[in-house]
Amino acid sequence: MQEVTTEKKEFTPNIVAFCCNWCSYAGADLAGSSRLTYPANVKIIRVPCSCRVNPMFILKAFQQGADGVILCGCHPGDCHYVTGNYYTRRRMSLLFSFLSYMGIEKERTRVEWVSAAEGARFSAVMNDFVKTVTELGENKRLTDLRIKEGK
Amino acid sequence: MQRIGVFICWCGSNIAATVDVVKVAEVMKNEPGVVFSANYQYMCSENGQQLIKQAIKEHNLTGIVVGSCSPRMHEATFRKTAEAAGLNPYMVEIANIREHCSWIHKDMDEATEKAIILVRTAIAKVKLNAPLTAGESPVVKRALVIGGGIAGIQAALDIADAGFEVDIVEKNATIGGRMAQLDKTFPTLDCSACILTPKMVDCAQHEKIDILSYSEVEDVKGFVGNFNVKIRRKARYVDETKCTGCKVCMDKCPSKKGLNAFNMNLNTRPAIHIPFAQAIPNVAVIDPEQCIKLKTGKCGICQKFCGVGAIDYEQKDTFIERQYGAIVVATGFKPIALDAFNEYGYADNKDVITSLELERLMNAAGPTNGVLLRPSDGTHPKVITFIQCVGSRDSSGCGKPYCSKICCMYTAKHAMLLREKYPDTEVHVFYIDVRTPGKNYDEFYRRAVEQYGVDYIKGMVGKVYNENGKLMVQGSNLIDNEQITIESDLVVLATAIEPEPSVRKVATLLTASIDTNNFLTESHAKLRPVESPTAGVYLAGVCQGPKDIPETVSQASACAAKVIGLLVKDKLKTNPCVAIPDEMMCNGCSQCANVCAYGAITYVDKEFRLGGGKTEVRRVASVNPAVCQGCGACTVTCPSGAMDLKGFSSKQIMSEVEAICKK
Amino acid sequence: MKDVEMKMLERAKALLESGEVARVIGWKKGDFCFDPAPASFETVEELDNFVYDYFCGANLSKYLIQMSKKEGKTAVFLKPCDTYSFNQLVKEHRIKRENVYVIAVECMAKLDIEKIKAKGISMVESVEVVGKEVKVTSAYGVETLYKPDVVLTKCATCTKTHQVKDEEIILHERPARDVDRFEEVAKLEAMTADERFAFWREQLSKCIRCNACRNVCPACSCVKCVFDNPASGIAAKANDDKFEEQLFHVIRAFHVAGRCTDCGECSRVCPQNIPLHLLNRKFIKDIDNLYGEYQAGETDEGKTPLTSYTEGDAEPNDVMNGEAK
Repeated sequence: MQEVTTEKKEFTPNIVAFCCNWCSYAGADLAGSSRLTYPANVKIIRVPCSCRVNPMFILKAFQQGADGVILCGCHPGDCHYVTGNYYTRRRMSLLFSFLSYMGIEKERTRVEWVSAAEGARFSAVMNDFVKTVTELGENKRLTDLRIKEGK
Repeated sequence: MQRIGVFICWCGSNIAATVDVVKVAEVMKNEPGVVFSANYQYMCSENGQQLIKQAIKEHNLTGIVVGSCSPRMHEATFRKTAEAAGLNPYMVEIANIREHCSWIHKDMDEATEKAIILVRTAIAKVKLNAPLTAGESPVVKRALVIGGGIAGIQAALDIADAGFEVDIVEKNATIGGRMAQLDKTFPTLDCSACILTPKMVDCAQHEKIDILSYSEVEDVKGFVGNFNVKIRRKARYVDETKCTGCKVCMDKCPSKKGLNAFNMNLNTRPAIHIPFAQAIPNVAVIDPEQCIKLKTGKCGICQKFCGVGAIDYEQKDTFIERQYGAIVVATGFKPIALDAFNEYGYADNKDVITSLELERLMNAAGPTNGVLLRPSDGTHPKVITFIQCVGSRDSSGCGKPYCSKICCMYTAKHAMLLREKYPDTEVHVFYIDVRTPGKNYDEFYRRAVEQYGVDYIKGMVGKVYNENGKLMVQGSNLIDNEQITIESDLVVLATAIEPEPSVRKVATLLTASIDTNNFLTESHAKLRPVESPTAGVYLAGVCQGPKDIPETVSQASACAAKVIGLLVKDKLKTNPCVAIPDEMMCNGCSQCANVCAYGAITYVDKEFRLGGGKTEVRRVASVNPAVCQGCGACTVTCPSGAMDLKGFSSKQIMSEVEAICKK
Repeated sequence: MKDVEMKMLERAKALLESGEVARVIGWKKGDFCFDPAPASFETVEELDNFVYDYFCGANLSKYLIQMSKKEGKTAVFLKPCDTYSFNQLVKEHRIKRENVYVIAVECMAKLDIEKIKAKGISMVESVEVVGKEVKVTSAYGVETLYKPDVVLTKCATCTKTHQVKDEEIILHERPARDVDRFEEVAKLEAMTADERFAFWREQLSKCIRCNACRNVCPACSCVKCVFDNPASGIAAKANDDKFEEQLFHVIRAFHVAGRCTDCGECSRVCPQNIPLHLLNRKFIKDIDNLYGEYQAGETDEGKTPLTSYTEGDAEPNDVMNGEAK
């Protein structure tokens, strides 16, 4: 709808951030109420716990053109659901390592633990992640993993 | 057919200043499935909610999206609004265009574009929402208070006075906490014990209060209304029901060299002891590390002299399990360790003490019977120098980044008391800032300066060193812009406070959030300051943040009000956003049960029709919705995708992802 | 091998005759010497077609999901690598253990007809294995091949031994082998991201989505596959985006992570010769490195690495930066 095709527009990556309701989403809220800025291309999806994040969601995001995916949860040991983020930690360690093995730059995926009290950290993490992904440029990998004549 | 209504809130200028709310609402009118879109100054206001209700009815809406502040703020509000208009409350989604958009972006175009995407994402989700109904769970009408300091005592008394049973679990042998160690309290200079001990006695005598001293919380299961708590009752080697508190054992005990923790280790006490005169329960406890009988098997003198036969060397830790509807955490604080602060010479000089040690040295029941004497040589100090902010507001990494809040006031109190009791002493205070907000607080501090002639020096201390038995305090005087050295007899460090370390375990057991400084996190900094994000868990006192006694007591009473409000209910609505297995897809492989922290998943053999008159019995998962907390761990573990989460279904999240990524 | 086959046949007959089992799962002769197929034998007569030779590479454990639900016991012949799949399926409550009579048999490394054909030999009539030599008789005469060159890929790096409890065993003694099954994974890891991407795109582009890998995989045994589950949000719809097409193998590999026994059937059956086992082995290698050595199917109880944790587990960012232990 608002397709802007100006010539040579500076690359702004599309970032999907999955945030657990109890810590990281609240941390993002705190960043907001503290007016701590981070780029507008970070869009947050609220999930009850980081352990709700299915690898399929992440793959979907990449396949739909996301340039980076970040998953935020409570610090290990502080999970609202006791053990949820421990499973997240293993799942994402393996998934992200696997995606790197498939040739997806490892910098495009990240897991960060942000508590409800860490608004400043949330903002800092997002700024850093956006910077990293911006430097990498557009992600064309997962969108064409099975298309031989990829551009 | 979906009929979605979109409501964009201005939040005054909070959203409208950076997001073109009119444009967002206009754009949404063209979104597929959207039949109504409006914007309004304050959606959460009576009029705003009325607008939503009216639209739901007039346009026969099947779902609504509110573009407003965080769902953590007003999701509940708008769900109620929807419900009042006859729409299922779970057919509501919030697009967070304030905290996650208008407040963090400055460029109007950029913020508006993002707001449009966020609202679209919420529309994509709400289209897949299903009406949900909350279940009900009963409420156990009993509260647990963890920590028996002034916070725990106040909360317990208030809850008990409302007619509910309360247990206080206190890890030490007596309740009373830090306040029992204080000599006087600011800003009125009341004797701490005189105002605390009556409350302790009230607890002991209250028929609704059960004090479980020398006990610790070992395990917590369950959820709001239905916590199941395992409590360790540590062996005190004295039968609580028999001991009369006569203290004969203390006189007779041959092992008298144990450090007296109550007196900040400034003197010693017997292996068998009652921590202090007004202890509740007034029952002795044996320190097993120190008791000759427990260590070597020989002695048994206390048992011989105990007139009521209360001594039991065979006692073991025991465990009890109790059910509670609500839990108050009041685990308190301790002064930080000063190991990292070599510059103040605390470890090397006996006469460099902490403020809490000074409290004991000034207290009539303390090691010096209330006469201020230097720990090193027992002489009366003539020049006393206080150093404030020791370890507070310290970003160097050695101390704590936060202000400990109470130090300015207690240092003023100490300075004043010393000048009053010993007018011949000279009192200096090094400070960075003096912070005295609070009723009658600044007046109190000014009295110290103006009436009592305490010498306040704005500046930091660089070094404290011993020179010929004198403590040389070297610091800067920023007002006069000079380096000064004060020859002192006693140096008192206003040491930063930190949460009692046991709070970490308690937080883990309760799944209560904790911040980087180990303070428990409240649900909302301003609007829900005494509630933990974990439903049914409430926070009182310093475990939540530094605070003084009046604030602690207020917070404890606020906790009590919250607990009472919970316990008067017979039933609670449960979260309907729970896991649900599709039996047709389920393999019965047990992977989901393996990751469920609540044991909410069991398996049943079920018969399925295969067609052609054939049937098959398969093992399938079954979720207990009253036990499931809705984390979703199971949904990801399930390979076939049979397990889904209501309110956060795979399809919903996938559609959100698509809406965000769509270019 | 012949003596093993004889013993197996003997046992199958006895078990069927005595009525101890209602059926036996094994292999039956195919049209050629190199295409025996898994089969269920319910009578002694049917056993005339029974065969066990160097082309019986198929993993029979998955058939037990259905067979063990049937009336009467089912006897099954399991090679060492198959016993891991069997245990894993028992662990996941997919096989009714009490309904199965397991006979563990020696494997001796199976041959890959494709590799033999690749040596330029066609119209194979029979093969004979003696030590490391494979004598292939074809319409064009007899040729001798070096066995390690023509065994199934999954057999080339196999170190597996029988794991099933309470089984009956028919086997030869065989020496322990020392091979590194992660060698190829490590080679890929050493490449640049671009090279890896090029490698996998090349490989996965060959995929025709025939689902042979999914159908043969003992870990892919869902009652209904997630790709056929409309609630998952990934089931393919006609002319939908290519999500499923593109990411099928990634999702499949993740779904079997921690459960894959590395039986290698996926690669064996792939008509496009995609080295699918290298996907699963990456997960296995990472799991071994990060959470301690783990072999799925070694036992029929306990949790998998992805359904367990320790408080000190490596952080994902450290794993990505190669800083995890």
